[in-house]
Amino acid sequence: MIDLHNVHKTYRGAQPLHVLKGIELHIDRGELVSIMGASGSGKSTLLNILGILDDYDEGEYHLDGTLIRHLSETRAAHYRNHMIGFIFQSFNLIGFKTAVENVELPLFYQGVSRSRRHQLAMEGLERMGLTDWAQHYPNEMSGGQRQRVAIARALIAKPSIILADEPTGALDSKTGVEVMELLKQLNHDDGITMVIVTHDASVAAQTNRVIRIKDGLIEQP
Amino acid sequence: MIKFIDIDTYHELLDTLLRNKTRSLLTGFGVFWGVFMLILLIGGGQGLKEMLSKNFEGFATNSAMVWEQPTTLPYHGYKKGRTWHLVTNDVQRLRQQVPELDVISPILSNWGSTIVHTDHRTTGSMKGVLPEYARVEAPSIRYGRFIDNMDIAQRRKVCVIGEKIYKSLFPAGGDPSGQYIRIDSTYYTVVGVDVGTSNINFNGGSEETVSIPLSLMQQAYNAGDRIDMMAITVKPGVTVSSITPRIRQVVARGHDIDPADESAVMVFNTEVLFGVMDNLFAGVDLLIWLVGIGTLLAGAIGVSNIMMVTVRERTTEIGIRRAIGATPRMILTQIISESILLTAVAGMSGILLAVLTLQALQLGSTTDGIVETHYQVTFATAIGAALLLAVLGTLAGLAPAARAMNIKPVDAMRDE
Repeated sequence: MIDLHNVHKTYRGAQPLHVLKGIELHIDRGELVSIMGASGSGKSTLLNILGILDDYDEGEYHLDGTLIRHLSETRAAHYRNHMIGFIFQSFNLIGFKTAVENVELPLFYQGVSRSRRHQLAMEGLERMGLTDWAQHYPNEMSGGQRQRVAIARALIAKPSIILADEPTGALDSKTGVEVMELLKQLNHDDGITMVIVTHDASVAAQTNRVIRIKDGLIEQP
Repeated sequence: MIKFIDIDTYHELLDTLLRNKTRSLLTGFGVFWGVFMLILLIGGGQGLKEMLSKNFEGFATNSAMVWEQPTTLPYHGYKKGRTWHLVTNDVQRLRQQVPELDVISPILSNWGSTIVHTDHRTTGSMKGVLPEYARVEAPSIRYGRFIDNMDIAQRRKVCVIGEKIYKSLFPAGGDPSGQYIRIDSTYYTVVGVDVGTSNINFNGGSEETVSIPLSLMQQAYNAGDRIDMMAITVKPGVTVSSITPRIRQVVARGHDIDPADESAVMVFNTEVLFGVMDNLFAGVDLLIWLVGIGTLLAGAIGVSNIMMVTVRERTTEIGIRRAIGATPRMILTQIISESILLTAVAGMSGILLAVLTLQALQLGSTTDGIVETHYQVTFATAIGAALLLAVLGTLAGLAPAARAMNIKPVDAMRDE
């Protein structure tokens, strides 16, 4: 599903920063993996590249059999929209839109009809147990609820992979556990490939495989 | 691609503008005021123009007036400062010797006559004219007719009365033709009513004037063959200024006046007057466009400025949108649409209020259902203004949209 071969990334600037120094990474369909690393290890950069939010300099990245390299912004947006679901630490919901509107948004950009996307979004929320909260705004919800809305949004376009950046980072431990259970369940039931970036060992321990990154290289176990 | 028929596209636009109502309102006000001023100035300018032009209405633009003044140069043994008089013969001389002249209309006036009909009484001025006078100061005859050649030849005691005099003497209205009125000590038959209101006139406004045949006037007021002035027009293709020296020469020779004495034989050329007016209108127009477009531009720049701020504030939101699949073009479309919507809504209100204001002004200058001054702008002007707004909205949205397009999804996450 995810195939990185010898990926290099250097941030240009007054002081060029060689962040990724030949990443080799393979993640199979249906896997639930976590990426761990200290800050500055390059894990955020790796996540950005995996999420097609950033380009890389050298190597190859195949996502679901598609070579992802030097894409135009429009192309990248298209792939993000169809293949990747994002879950962020700070939820990144749009504050002036209701829960259901937030969930609908990826479909809006796909050009799905209004009634169809509303129906799909409601189904997604129902699955998260948030049917009653559909017309509420994010600031009227708890952190756990917000993250579940975000998960519903990530799932709505039926992506190939879910990329989660510290999904429990902004939640208390109890809610964090609940969200992790939810993610595990989604992985188990739907077989969605899931990559979780975290520095929380207890989160990493719940995944099938832990990938450690250090100084721009994957540490071999 | 965003579907343009999707309600949510518009819902989205409205949402973002309504989220910060005060700011949208204040920003929109700039554009609103700009368009309001532009339309109002265009309409007002047009009304002003019409109002001023009305003063010249019914008045030949290729005309001049010739009248007498004391000489200022000694000539043929006469000292300067001599008074002299125009006579009927001057009309014949000009007609024979200056063929470029079209109409030569002599006028003899008398001020402060008492005019009486039954128990109504008023005062006004008398004007002895020839039928040709109608071709210089075109009368607007409501009832009856103007003085004709038979009136002159037979020295008929007939008169054409001005509007004010008509209203004073015949308060009940109706056609006064055939009625007798007494002016000073003579009775005249009314043959017509002139309701022309031209503010340019010879020897008294036509509203308060009674016109009678020139020959009768000279006889009734013991004027001999004297006239006060001549109103002349020139034939098409000839300018008054080009024949002014010859007019003066012909008149001067008949009265032993130095042909170079510009003060003694006054030739007042209305062309000059119209030239001044034309320049004035051009100046007013320039000012209108400068002020109007300037204000509108300032408004549009305000919109652009605020949109810049908005985009900066919305970095995270736009980043999220980009992360979940919005293409740069969708973001561009959204920002420009917001700009156009804000500009258009504000601008349309401006157009609407300006049109209403002009309509009110126009109603104010309407008497008896006759519009005296047209302030209202044409439909085409309003459409043009609306198009201008759309263009300005797009332009105002360009820079903020370009900035929004450059927001990377990564920026959003960094901004947290």
